[in-house]
Amino acid sequence: MKRIMPYPLMSLALLAIWVLLNNSVTPAVLASGVLLSFLAPLAYGALERPRVIVGNVVSIVRLLAIVLFDITRSNFAVGTIILAGRRRERVSGFVQIPLTMTDPNGLAILAVIITSTPGTLWVQYDSRRQKMLLHVLDLVEPEYWVTLIKDRYERRLMEIFE
Amino acid sequence: MIAETDLPPWAAILVSLCMLGGAAITLIGAIGLMRFKRFYDRVHAPTLGATIGTGLILIGSMICFSVLETRPILHEILIGVFTTITTPVTLILLVRAALYRDRVEKNDVPIDE
Repeated sequence: MKRIMPYPLMSLALLAIWVLLNNSVTPAVLASGVLLSFLAPLAYGALERPRVIVGNVVSIVRLLAIVLFDITRSNFAVGTIILAGRRRERVSGFVQIPLTMTDPNGLAILAVIITSTPGTLWVQYDSRRQKMLLHVLDLVEPEYWVTLIKDRYERRLMEIFE
Repeated sequence: MIAETDLPPWAAILVSLCMLGGAAITLIGAIGLMRFKRFYDRVHAPTLGATIGTGLILIGSMICFSVLETRPILHEILIGVFTTITTPVTLILLVRAALYRDRVEKNDVPIDE
């Protein structure tokens, strides 16, 4: 089993993308999709790559829900700031956030989450000191952002990737 | 394929709400891009269009074509997935470039220790 299908999750994802691209589930589409989802991971296996161990699906779904909720909320927060213009006092700035997570995949997902959320921006990561530089549009309390990133995202990502 | 069939009223209303909502949020993001003064502030504004803006327009498109063709048309999901993965990469690259320049010019940014 391991030899025919080394990356079952990737095969599943490829099949899903294939079906979505074709917008149909006819036998022809399914057959070519299954063929693709068998061959492509074999090619991927020939590359040198970090091994990804993905934890349980429940925590992935929970994180996804949290991120969607936060993105929606931040959209309104940043929208309000933009529309208020200069009538509202606002300070933006940088915050240093110490991270415990070292898994490159987890860090990449964290960067995508933080940057996709309006109002926060992943600026850089220092792997030696394990510190991440964050830019916040509406910076009131730096401590708030440290706890937010660590408790809300990092802890959950570590459940998934470690 | 979509020539003569019309959208039923409920779908037309839903689709227009999604389209107008998505367009409005994207517009607010664009206004922010103009209004903000510092580069680092400006980078925050377009994410409105890249997240909820794109999302609403894609949902509207999915409803519209699924109703018209009376089968689920969902390939817009892929647009959403790939926009979400690629937009942050561009934004992070831009910010790193700005940060590099500011450090060279010794402007008021956190130094690299």
